[in-house]
Amino acid sequence: MAQSSSRKKPVAAMIVMGVISIALYATLLLKQDFINGTFAQGGWYAFLPIITAFVFSYFHGSFTGNFWTVLGIEASKKKKEVK
Amino acid sequence: MPDIATNFINLDAITILYLFGVGFVGGLVSGFIGSGGAFVLTPGMMSLGVPGLVAVASNMCHKFPKALVGSMKRFKYGQVDVKLGIVLGISAEAGVLYGATIQERIKATFGDAGSNLYVSVAFVVILATVGGFVLYDAWKTYKSGNSQDEEKAGKLAKWVQSINIPGTMVYFKALDAKVSVLFTIPLGFATGMMAATIAVGGFVGVPAMIYVLGAPSLMASATELVIAFVMGLGGSFKYALSGMVDIRLAMIILAGSLFGIQLGAIGTTYVKPFMIKVVMGVIMVIVLFSRGLMVPVYLAQLELIDTLGEGTVSLLKTASFAIMIFALLLGAFIVLRAMWKGRQAERLQLAAGVVEHGKI
Repeated sequence: MAQSSSRKKPVAAMIVMGVISIALYATLLLKQDFINGTFAQGGWYAFLPIITAFVFSYFHGSFTGNFWTVLGIEASKKKKEVK
Repeated sequence: MPDIATNFINLDAITILYLFGVGFVGGLVSGFIGSGGAFVLTPGMMSLGVPGLVAVASNMCHKFPKALVGSMKRFKYGQVDVKLGIVLGISAEAGVLYGATIQERIKATFGDAGSNLYVSVAFVVILATVGGFVLYDAWKTYKSGNSQDEEKAGKLAKWVQSINIPGTMVYFKALDAKVSVLFTIPLGFATGMMAATIAVGGFVGVPAMIYVLGAPSLMASATELVIAFVMGLGGSFKYALSGMVDIRLAMIILAGSLFGIQLGAIGTTYVKPFMIKVVMGVIMVIVLFSRGLMVPVYLAQLELIDTLGEGTVSLLKTASFAIMIFALLLGAFIVLRAMWKGRQAERLQLAAGVVEHGKI
Protein backbone atom coordinates (compact mmCIF):
# COMPACT_ATOMS: atom_id res chain seq x y z
CA MET A 1 0.00 0.00 0.00
CA ALA A 2 2.88 2.38 -0.47
CA GLN A 3 1.30 4.23 -3.35
CA SER A 4 1.04 8.00 -3.06
CA SER A 5 3.49 8.77 -0.26
CA SER A 6 6.51 8.07 -2.40
CA ARG A 7 7.29 11.80 -2.71
CA LYS A 8 9.49 13.27 0.02
CA LYS A 9 7.52 15.19 2.60
CA PRO A 10 8.69 18.70 3.52
CA VAL A 11 9.21 17.92 7.21
CA ALA A 12 12.34 20.03 7.63
CA ALA A 13 10.77 23.04 5.89
CA MET A 14 7.68 22.67 8.06
CA ILE A 15 9.74 22.65 11.23
CA VAL A 16 11.85 25.66 10.23
CA MET A 17 8.81 27.70 9.18
CA GLY A 18 6.91 26.54 12.26
CA VAL A 19 9.68 27.69 14.60
CA ILE A 20 9.90 31.07 12.88
CA SER A 21 6.12 31.35 13.03
CA ILE A 22 6.04 30.59 16.75
CA ALA A 23 8.83 33.11 17.35
CA LEU A 24 6.85 35.78 15.48
CA TYR A 25 3.70 35.09 17.48
CA ALA A 26 5.62 34.96 20.77
CA THR A 27 7.16 38.36 20.01
CA LEU A 28 3.78 39.79 19.05
CA LEU A 29 2.14 38.67 22.29
CA LEU A 30 5.04 39.31 24.66
CA LYS A 31 5.64 42.81 23.31
CA GLN A 32 1.99 43.62 22.67
CA ASP A 33 1.91 46.88 24.63
CA PHE A 34 4.87 48.29 22.76
CA ILE A 35 3.60 47.00 19.40
CA ASN A 36 0.07 48.33 19.85
CA GLY A 37 1.38 51.64 21.12
CA THR A 38 3.61 52.05 18.07
CA PHE A 39 1.37 50.59 15.36
CA ALA A 40 -1.70 52.55 16.40
CA GLN A 41 -0.07 55.93 15.97
CA GLY A 42 -1.41 56.15 12.43
CA GLY A 43 0.18 58.24 9.64
CA TRP A 44 3.41 56.70 8.38
CA TYR A 45 3.15 54.07 11.11
CA ALA A 46 0.30 52.59 9.02
CA PHE A 47 2.94 50.70 7.05
CA LEU A 48 3.88 48.68 10.13
CA PRO A 49 0.72 46.54 10.41
CA ILE A 50 0.75 46.01 6.63
CA ILE A 51 4.38 44.85 6.61
CA THR A 52 3.70 42.67 9.66
CA ALA A 53 0.77 41.02 7.88
CA PHE A 54 2.95 40.22 4.85
CA VAL A 55 5.76 38.80 7.01
CA PHE A 56 3.38 36.62 9.05
CA SER A 57 1.58 35.42 5.94
CA TYR A 58 4.86 34.36 4.34
CA PHE A 59 6.20 32.33 7.26
CA HIS A 60 2.95 31.08 8.72
CA GLY A 61 1.53 30.49 5.23
CA SER A 62 4.51 28.30 4.29
CA PHE A 63 4.22 26.47 7.60
CA THR A 64 0.50 25.71 7.24
CA GLY A 65 0.98 24.63 3.61
CA ASN A 66 3.71 22.20 4.59
CA PHE A 67 1.72 21.10 7.64
CA TRP A 68 -1.12 19.68 5.51
CA THR A 69 1.34 18.17 3.01
CA VAL A 70 3.18 16.38 5.81
CA LEU A 71 -0.16 15.08 7.08
CA GLY A 72 -0.77 13.70 3.60
CA ILE A 73 -3.58 16.11 2.72
CA GLU A 74 -2.75 17.32 -0.76
CA ALA A 75 -4.60 18.46 -3.86
CA SER A 76 -6.24 15.89 -6.08
CA LYS A 77 -3.85 14.45 -8.60
CA LYS A 78 -6.51 14.16 -11.25
CA LYS A 79 -7.88 17.67 -11.59
CA LYS A 80 -5.10 20.18 -11.84
CA GLU A 81 -6.74 22.49 -14.32
CA VAL A 82 -10.25 23.94 -14.37
CA LYS A 83 -12.33 23.54 -17.55
CA MET B 1 -2.60 57.91 21.51
CA PRO B 2 -4.67 58.23 24.69
CA ASP B 3 -7.51 56.11 23.36
CA ILE B 4 -5.27 53.16 22.46
CA ALA B 5 -6.08 51.47 25.78
CA THR B 6 -9.83 51.77 25.18
CA ASN B 7 -9.55 50.65 21.56
CA PHE B 8 -7.55 47.50 22.23
CA ILE B 9 -8.81 44.76 24.54
CA ASN B 10 -6.83 42.52 26.86
CA LEU B 11 -6.19 39.08 25.41
CA ASP B 12 -6.48 35.94 27.49
CA ALA B 13 -6.01 32.32 26.44
CA ILE B 14 -9.74 31.73 25.86
CA THR B 15 -10.04 34.80 23.63
CA ILE B 16 -6.98 33.72 21.64
CA LEU B 17 -8.38 30.21 21.16
CA TYR B 18 -11.78 31.58 20.19
CA LEU B 19 -10.28 33.90 17.56
CA PHE B 20 -8.02 31.12 16.29
CA GLY B 21 -10.99 28.74 15.98
CA VAL B 22 -13.28 31.18 14.21
CA GLY B 23 -10.33 32.14 12.01
CA PHE B 24 -9.82 28.50 11.05
CA VAL B 25 -13.45 27.87 10.11
CA GLY B 26 -13.68 31.23 8.30
CA GLY B 27 -10.47 30.44 6.43
CA LEU B 28 -11.72 27.01 5.44
CA VAL B 29 -14.87 28.47 3.92
CA SER B 30 -12.96 31.33 2.24
CA GLY B 31 -10.46 28.94 0.71
CA PHE B 32 -13.37 27.12 -0.85
CA ILE B 33 -15.85 29.83 -1.90
CA GLY B 34 -13.52 32.82 -2.01
CA SER B 35 -15.04 34.71 0.89
CA GLY B 36 -16.84 34.26 4.16
CA GLY B 37 -15.96 34.35 7.78
CA ALA B 38 -16.02 38.12 8.09
CA PHE B 39 -19.73 38.17 8.88
CA VAL B 40 -19.01 36.11 11.98
CA LEU B 41 -15.60 37.55 12.82
CA THR B 42 -16.60 41.19 13.00
CA PRO B 43 -19.59 40.72 15.34
CA GLY B 44 -17.58 38.03 17.15
CA MET B 45 -14.82 40.52 17.95
CA MET B 46 -17.37 43.14 18.95
CA SER B 47 -18.90 40.67 21.41
CA LEU B 48 -15.46 40.54 23.08
CA GLY B 49 -15.64 44.28 23.63
CA VAL B 50 -13.69 45.39 20.56
CA PRO B 51 -15.07 48.70 19.20
CA GLY B 52 -16.88 48.30 15.85
CA LEU B 53 -14.36 50.21 13.76
CA VAL B 54 -11.38 48.36 15.25
CA ALA B 55 -13.18 45.04 14.61
CA VAL B 56 -13.78 45.97 10.96
CA ALA B 57 -10.19 47.21 10.55
CA SER B 58 -8.62 44.18 12.22
CA ASN B 59 -10.78 41.81 10.23
CA MET B 60 -9.64 43.50 7.03
CA CYS B 61 -6.01 43.28 8.07
CA HIS B 62 -6.30 39.52 8.48
CA LYS B 63 -8.27 39.20 5.26
CA PHE B 64 -5.70 40.45 2.77
CA PRO B 65 -2.78 38.22 3.83
CA LYS B 66 -5.20 35.29 4.06
CA ALA B 67 -6.53 36.00 0.56
CA LEU B 68 -2.96 36.31 -0.71
CA VAL B 69 -2.00 32.87 0.59
CA GLY B 70 -5.27 31.35 -0.64
CA SER B 71 -5.04 32.86 -4.11
CA MET B 72 -1.42 31.71 -4.50
CA LYS B 73 -2.42 28.20 -3.53
CA ARG B 74 -5.33 28.14 -5.96
CA PHE B 75 -3.19 29.73 -8.66
CA LYS B 76 -1.09 26.57 -8.52
CA TYR B 77 -4.23 24.59 -9.34
CA GLY B 78 -4.84 26.80 -12.41
CA GLN B 79 -7.99 28.31 -10.92
CA VAL B 80 -7.07 31.99 -10.70
CA ASP B 81 -7.52 34.66 -13.36
CA VAL B 82 -5.13 37.29 -12.00
CA LYS B 83 -6.10 39.90 -14.61
CA LEU B 84 -9.80 39.60 -13.87
CA GLY B 85 -9.07 39.70 -10.13
CA ILE B 86 -7.01 42.88 -10.40
CA VAL B 87 -9.45 44.63 -12.77
CA LEU B 88 -12.38 43.82 -10.49
CA GLY B 89 -10.30 44.47 -7.37
CA ILE B 90 -9.44 48.03 -8.35
CA SER B 91 -13.05 48.95 -9.07
CA ALA B 92 -14.01 47.15 -5.86
CA GLU B 93 -11.62 49.40 -3.97
CA ALA B 94 -13.55 52.40 -5.27
CA GLY B 95 -16.76 50.67 -4.20
CA VAL B 96 -15.39 50.16 -0.70
CA LEU B 97 -14.56 53.84 -0.34
CA TYR B 98 -17.98 54.88 -1.65
CA GLY B 99 -19.75 52.30 0.53
CA ALA B 100 -17.90 53.54 3.61
CA THR B 101 -18.93 57.14 2.81
CA ILE B 102 -22.57 56.11 2.53
CA GLN B 103 -22.27 54.27 5.85
CA GLU B 104 -20.80 57.34 7.53
CA ARG B 105 -23.56 59.55 6.10
CA ILE B 106 -26.30 57.21 7.29
CA LYS B 107 -24.69 56.98 10.72
CA ALA B 108 -24.45 60.77 10.96
CA THR B 109 -28.10 61.22 9.98
CA PHE B 110 -29.84 58.25 11.61
CA GLY B 111 -27.35 57.13 14.28
CA ASP B 112 -26.12 53.62 15.03
CA ALA B 113 -29.57 52.04 14.78
CA GLY B 114 -30.10 53.58 11.32
CA SER B 115 -26.74 52.35 10.14
CA ASN B 116 -27.40 48.85 11.52
CA LEU B 117 -30.83 48.78 9.91
CA TYR B 118 -29.32 49.74 6.54
CA VAL B 119 -26.72 46.97 6.86
CA SER B 120 -29.34 44.39 7.85
CA VAL B 121 -31.74 45.34 5.07
CA ALA B 122 -28.88 45.22 2.54
CA PHE B 123 -27.97 41.80 3.90
CA VAL B 124 -31.53 40.49 3.69
CA VAL B 125 -32.26 41.84 0.20
CA ILE B 126 -28.93 40.75 -1.34
CA LEU B 127 -28.87 37.38 0.36
CA ALA B 128 -32.49 36.62 -0.45
CA THR B 129 -32.15 37.39 -4.15
CA VAL B 130 -28.58 36.35 -4.93
CA GLY B 131 -28.32 33.56 -2.33
CA GLY B 132 -31.70 32.13 -3.30
CA PHE B 133 -30.73 32.13 -6.96
CA VAL B 134 -27.32 30.51 -6.34
CA LEU B 135 -28.90 27.77 -4.25
CA TYR B 136 -31.67 27.22 -6.81
CA ASP B 137 -29.07 26.95 -9.57
CA ALA B 138 -27.03 24.43 -7.56
CA TRP B 139 -30.18 22.42 -6.90
CA LYS B 140 -31.08 22.47 -10.60
CA THR B 141 -27.61 21.20 -11.54
CA TYR B 142 -27.82 18.45 -8.92
CA LYS B 143 -31.29 17.35 -10.06
CA SER B 144 -30.34 17.41 -13.73
CA GLY B 145 -27.65 14.80 -13.10
CA ASN B 146 -25.15 16.96 -15.01
CA SER B 147 -23.09 17.87 -11.98
CA GLN B 148 -19.99 16.28 -13.50
CA ASP B 149 -20.30 18.29 -16.71
CA GLU B 150 -18.25 21.30 -17.59
CA GLU B 151 -20.07 24.49 -16.61
CA LYS B 152 -21.41 26.58 -19.47
CA ALA B 153 -21.96 30.34 -19.47
CA GLY B 154 -25.62 31.25 -18.95
CA LYS B 155 -27.77 33.40 -21.23
CA LEU B 156 -26.91 36.67 -19.48
CA ALA B 157 -23.18 35.90 -19.58
CA LYS B 158 -23.37 34.98 -23.27
CA TRP B 159 -25.09 38.28 -23.99
CA VAL B 160 -22.48 40.22 -21.98
CA GLN B 161 -19.71 38.43 -23.86
CA SER B 162 -21.37 39.21 -27.18
CA ILE B 163 -21.41 42.97 -26.65
CA ASN B 164 -18.50 44.63 -28.40
CA ILE B 165 -17.68 48.16 -27.27
CA PRO B 166 -14.51 49.19 -29.12
CA GLY B 167 -11.65 50.39 -26.96
CA THR B 168 -13.01 48.75 -23.81
CA MET B 169 -12.65 45.06 -24.62
CA VAL B 170 -10.30 42.94 -22.50
CA TYR B 171 -9.59 39.22 -22.82
CA PHE B 172 -10.02 37.25 -19.59
CA LYS B 173 -8.69 33.72 -19.23
CA ALA B 174 -11.46 32.66 -16.85
CA LEU B 175 -14.11 33.52 -19.43
CA ASP B 176 -12.05 32.54 -22.46
CA ALA B 177 -13.64 35.58 -24.04
CA LYS B 178 -13.33 39.32 -24.36
CA VAL B 179 -15.61 41.40 -22.17
CA SER B 180 -16.00 45.16 -22.00
CA VAL B 181 -14.59 46.72 -18.82
CA LEU B 182 -17.79 48.78 -18.81
CA PHE B 183 -19.37 45.58 -17.45
CA THR B 184 -16.60 44.63 -15.06
CA ILE B 185 -16.30 48.09 -13.43
CA PRO B 186 -19.86 48.21 -12.01
CA LEU B 187 -19.56 44.58 -10.88
CA GLY B 188 -16.32 45.30 -9.02
CA PHE B 189 -17.83 48.47 -7.61
CA ALA B 190 -20.88 46.58 -6.31
CA THR B 191 -18.59 43.92 -4.78
CA GLY B 192 -16.66 46.65 -2.96
CA MET B 193 -19.82 48.37 -1.79
CA MET B 194 -21.06 45.10 -0.37
CA ALA B 195 -17.70 44.50 1.31
CA ALA B 196 -17.99 47.92 2.97
CA THR B 197 -21.61 47.32 3.94
CA ILE B 198 -21.97 43.67 4.88
CA ALA B 199 -18.26 42.75 5.09
CA VAL B 200 -18.61 39.94 2.54
CA GLY B 201 -18.10 41.30 -0.95
CA GLY B 202 -17.77 37.80 -2.32
CA PHE B 203 -21.51 37.23 -1.89
CA VAL B 204 -21.89 39.62 -4.83
CA GLY B 205 -18.53 39.20 -6.54
CA VAL B 206 -18.57 35.42 -7.02
CA PRO B 207 -22.15 35.14 -8.34
CA ALA B 208 -21.49 38.16 -10.58
CA MET B 209 -18.45 36.48 -12.12
CA ILE B 210 -20.39 33.25 -12.63
CA TYR B 211 -23.74 34.53 -13.88
CA VAL B 212 -22.93 37.92 -15.45
CA LEU B 213 -19.46 37.31 -16.87
CA GLY B 214 -19.64 33.55 -17.42
CA ALA B 215 -16.71 32.33 -15.29
CA PRO B 216 -16.71 28.72 -14.03
CA SER B 217 -17.50 28.46 -10.29
CA LEU B 218 -14.03 27.28 -9.34
CA MET B 219 -12.38 30.14 -11.23
CA ALA B 220 -14.82 32.70 -9.85
CA SER B 221 -14.30 31.66 -6.24
CA ALA B 222 -10.51 31.57 -6.67
CA THR B 223 -10.41 34.92 -8.46
CA GLU B 224 -12.50 36.42 -5.64
CA LEU B 225 -9.48 35.85 -3.41
CA VAL B 226 -7.46 38.22 -5.62
CA ILE B 227 -10.22 40.81 -5.32
CA ALA B 228 -10.29 40.30 -1.54
CA PHE B 229 -6.53 40.81 -1.43
CA VAL B 230 -6.62 44.07 -3.41
CA MET B 231 -9.61 45.38 -1.45
CA GLY B 232 -8.31 44.22 1.91
CA LEU B 233 -4.86 45.72 1.37
CA GLY B 234 -6.26 49.15 0.48
CA GLY B 235 -8.86 49.02 3.25
CA SER B 236 -6.37 47.93 5.91
CA PHE B 237 -4.04 50.76 4.99
CA LYS B 238 -6.88 53.27 5.17
CA TYR B 239 -7.83 52.10 8.67
CA ALA B 240 -4.18 51.83 9.76
CA LEU B 241 -3.68 55.48 8.85
CA SER B 242 -5.96 56.34 11.76
CA GLY B 243 -4.47 53.65 14.02
CA MET B 244 -7.56 51.45 14.02
CA VAL B 245 -5.92 48.07 13.30
CA ASP B 246 -5.36 45.84 16.32
CA ILE B 247 -2.54 43.82 14.81
CA ARG B 248 -2.72 41.20 17.59
CA LEU B 249 -6.33 40.35 16.78
CA ALA B 250 -5.61 40.34 13.04
CA MET B 251 -2.59 38.04 13.34
CA ILE B 252 -4.26 35.62 15.77
CA ILE B 253 -7.22 35.22 13.42
CA LEU B 254 -4.72 34.85 10.58
CA ALA B 255 -2.99 32.05 12.52
CA GLY B 256 -6.16 29.96 12.37
CA SER B 257 -7.35 31.10 8.98
CA LEU B 258 -4.12 30.15 7.19
CA PHE B 259 -4.61 26.56 8.33
CA GLY B 260 -8.20 26.77 7.11
CA ILE B 261 -7.62 28.46 3.78
CA GLN B 262 -5.00 25.93 2.71
CA LEU B 263 -7.41 23.11 3.50
CA GLY B 264 -10.34 24.84 1.76
CA ALA B 265 -8.19 25.43 -1.34
CA ILE B 266 -7.11 21.78 -1.41
CA GLY B 267 -10.79 20.85 -1.04
CA THR B 268 -11.69 22.57 -4.32
CA THR B 269 -9.59 20.09 -6.25
CA TYR B 270 -11.70 17.16 -5.05
CA VAL B 271 -15.25 18.43 -5.47
CA LYS B 272 -17.66 18.92 -8.33
CA PRO B 273 -17.81 22.62 -9.29
CA PHE B 274 -21.46 23.00 -8.30
CA MET B 275 -20.46 22.37 -4.67
CA ILE B 276 -19.06 25.92 -4.60
CA LYS B 277 -22.59 27.15 -5.32
CA VAL B 278 -24.08 24.80 -2.73
CA VAL B 279 -21.82 26.04 0.06
CA MET B 280 -22.21 29.68 -0.91
CA GLY B 281 -25.99 29.46 -1.33
CA VAL B 282 -26.53 27.59 1.93
CA ILE B 283 -24.46 30.08 3.93
CA MET B 284 -26.15 33.07 2.28
CA VAL B 285 -29.66 31.82 2.93
CA ILE B 286 -28.97 30.95 6.58
CA VAL B 287 -27.23 34.27 7.25
CA LEU B 288 -30.27 35.96 5.75
CA PHE B 289 -32.40 34.64 8.62
CA SER B 290 -29.79 35.69 11.13
CA ARG B 291 -29.84 39.30 9.93
CA GLY B 292 -33.59 39.26 9.41
CA LEU B 293 -34.04 38.59 13.14
CA MET B 294 -32.26 41.83 13.95
CA VAL B 295 -34.45 44.05 11.76
CA PRO B 296 -37.21 44.47 14.41
CA VAL B 297 -34.56 45.43 17.00
CA TYR B 298 -33.28 48.29 14.87
CA LEU B 299 -36.79 49.32 13.80
CA ALA B 300 -37.71 49.60 17.49
CA GLN B 301 -34.57 51.61 18.25
CA LEU B 302 -35.56 54.03 15.49
CA GLU B 303 -39.07 54.13 17.00
CA LEU B 304 -40.62 52.93 13.76
CA ILE B 305 -42.33 50.12 15.67
CA ASP B 306 -43.26 49.64 19.34
CA THR B 307 -40.38 49.28 21.77
CA LEU B 308 -39.28 45.69 22.38
CA GLY B 309 -38.66 44.31 25.85
CA GLU B 310 -35.06 43.86 26.98
CA GLY B 311 -35.52 40.09 27.12
CA THR B 312 -36.80 39.98 23.54
CA VAL B 313 -33.91 42.11 22.26
CA SER B 314 -31.34 39.95 24.02
CA LEU B 315 -33.01 36.77 22.73
CA LEU B 316 -33.06 38.07 19.14
CA LYS B 317 -29.42 39.15 19.34
CA THR B 318 -28.28 35.79 20.72
CA ALA B 319 -30.35 33.83 18.21
CA SER B 320 -29.00 35.99 15.36
CA PHE B 321 -25.38 35.40 16.35
CA ALA B 322 -25.95 31.69 16.94
CA ILE B 323 -27.52 31.29 13.49
CA MET B 324 -24.51 33.04 11.92
CA ILE B 325 -22.09 30.70 13.64
CA PHE B 326 -24.27 27.78 12.54
CA ALA B 327 -24.12 29.02 8.93
CA LEU B 328 -20.34 29.11 9.02
CA LEU B 329 -20.04 25.73 10.71
CA LEU B 330 -22.48 24.12 8.29
CA GLY B 331 -20.51 25.59 5.36
CA ALA B 332 -17.29 24.18 6.83
CA PHE B 333 -18.96 20.81 7.37
CA ILE B 334 -20.15 20.62 3.74
CA VAL B 335 -16.64 21.54 2.53
CA LEU B 336 -14.96 18.90 4.68
CA ARG B 337 -17.52 16.24 3.81
CA ALA B 338 -17.27 16.90 0.08
CA MET B 339 -13.50 16.85 0.31
CA TRP B 340 -13.50 13.63 2.31
CA LYS B 341 -15.78 11.93 -0.19
CA GLY B 342 -13.68 13.19 -3.10
CA ARG B 343 -10.52 11.82 -1.51
CA GLN B 344 -12.16 8.47 -0.81
CA ALA B 345 -13.34 8.21 -4.42
CA GLU B 346 -9.87 9.06 -5.72
CA ARG B 347 -8.26 6.50 -3.42
CA LEU B 348 -10.67 3.82 -4.60
CA GLN B 349 -9.94 4.71 -8.23
CA LEU B 350 -6.22 4.59 -7.57
CA ALA B 351 -6.53 1.25 -5.82
CA ALA B 352 -8.63 -0.12 -8.70
CA GLY B 353 -5.97 1.13 -11.12
CA VAL B 354 -3.24 -0.62 -9.16
CA VAL B 355 -5.21 -3.89 -9.11
CA GLU B 356 -5.95 -3.73 -12.83
CA HIS B 357 -2.36 -2.89 -13.60
CA GLY B 358 -1.25 -5.81 -11.44
CA LYS B 359 -3.41 -8.20 -13.46
CA ILE B 360 -1.78 -7.19 -16.74
